[in-house]
Amino acid sequence: MKTLLNNAQLDLTLQRLAHQLVENHIDFQNTVIIGIQPRGVFLSDRIVKLVKEITKKKEIAYGKLDITFYRDDVHTSSDIQIPSVTDIPFSVEKKNVILVDDVLYTGRTIRSAMDALIDFGRPERVELLVLVDRRFSRELPIHPDYTGYTVDTILTQKVKVNWKEQDGKDEVVLLTKP
Amino acid sequence: MLSVKHLLGIKELNAEDIRLILKTADNFKQVLQRPIKKVPSLRDTTVANIFFENSTRTRLSFELAEKRLGADVVNFSASGSSVSKGETLIDTVKNILAMKVDMVVMRHSASGAPWFLANHINASIVNAGDGINEHPTQALLDAYSMKERVGDLKGKHITIIGDIMHSRVALSNIYCLNKLGAKVMVAGPPTLIPKHITDLGVRVEHNLKKALEWCDVANVLRIQLERQHKPLFSTLREYALYYGVNRSMLDSLQKDIVIMHPGPINRGVELNSDVADSKQSIILDQVENGVAVRMAVIYLLSGKREIE
Repeated sequence: MKTLLNNAQLDLTLQRLAHQLVENHIDFQNTVIIGIQPRGVFLSDRIVKLVKEITKKKEIAYGKLDITFYRDDVHTSSDIQIPSVTDIPFSVEKKNVILVDDVLYTGRTIRSAMDALIDFGRPERVELLVLVDRRFSRELPIHPDYTGYTVDTILTQKVKVNWKEQDGKDEVVLLTKP
Repeated sequence: MLSVKHLLGIKELNAEDIRLILKTADNFKQVLQRPIKKVPSLRDTTVANIFFENSTRTRLSFELAEKRLGADVVNFSASGSSVSKGETLIDTVKNILAMKVDMVVMRHSASGAPWFLANHINASIVNAGDGINEHPTQALLDAYSMKERVGDLKGKHITIIGDIMHSRVALSNIYCLNKLGAKVMVAGPPTLIPKHITDLGVRVEHNLKKALEWCDVANVLRIQLERQHKPLFSTLREYALYYGVNRSMLDSLQKDIVIMHPGPINRGVELNSDVADSKQSIILDQVENGVAVRMAVIYLLSGKREIE
């Protein structure tokens, strides 16, 4: 196991990502943040909190999206996926949507997420924020707009983002399967 | 992950399976409340609805559930088919499967027909009611609807009233509620209650008033005249007098109980209109939840499909 980002580094990266969002979207008037269930939501929770602090806004439109039913591997994966909750309490029609997920790998999750999102309306524009980009492993033409950390990995490796609220501590690690 | 490949009966499920189905149904209920009530999970799956017996609700509900999962659907009903020319059940189904169908939803008037089929074909089978044996999806949607109204069913008192003898809904409900930890009572005239039903761990009551006083939820069943080959009570009027649930009886209770009915209702026989259409009745919620629960069943079973 190799640590890619420790607690302090991860904190800085999150700060930078939040500032980049504010730089592009200024007052978040027409922008919404949507975290992808289940593990992207830990990241989006943090990002939303930081953006609120920077913009001094009390409320930012924030939703959670479950993509289980939109996956393209319902039959081919060994285990059927158990869904999480989708909670998008606003219309995405003509909004700038920022999709948030922890690790970008093949791009298939984001493909599913875009399909799922479009079922809620027609956004003006969709952007993608990821904490870790496992580059050169994409199976679809998908590219992030905001990237926390870029890493080159091989097939047998796995990137795991740990969160204090779920896993006890904040860090990004690279696991190598035996 | 479900422990079974088919949904033949509640008898074969464990409590975890039932909880998983009900939990997944929550997600589908949410999907059904969106402007676009459809997800593409099963766009590579074809489902055949094979109905050898009449149905309105169940068949429509299954068809909607399948379509909202993005599956392709073919419908078959025995009347007007080659069944009347003497084709056997296995031949009929094998011919349908030869057209590359992945899943079969079947209703049949013979008890046990889905088990028989499961021994002979590879596709997943969902039992949509077999004779007087089981109607598993009805029991699941009943449990889901009860849960929605009264919370966790553990320790809750549920009474099933009416034609227990001929009801597949009753048997599936008993299995399902027992597995979820509810306390179950069956109520009705002695001629409509099977002799050894207490072996299933249920109470028996012949006095309707007492049965209603005991319960939190009353599931009222239809008198199935088409299955009663010899008279089991003198007249429908007499049945309604002793076992029909009406407003004045509900008003005489100390509490507001929840009223359910799997449909179709014989209004004025087992259930009066002033009860069926009242706030205490969740009959239409049952129908609404039926689609979500069936989506959950089909979705979870589709993960069990073998890919050639």
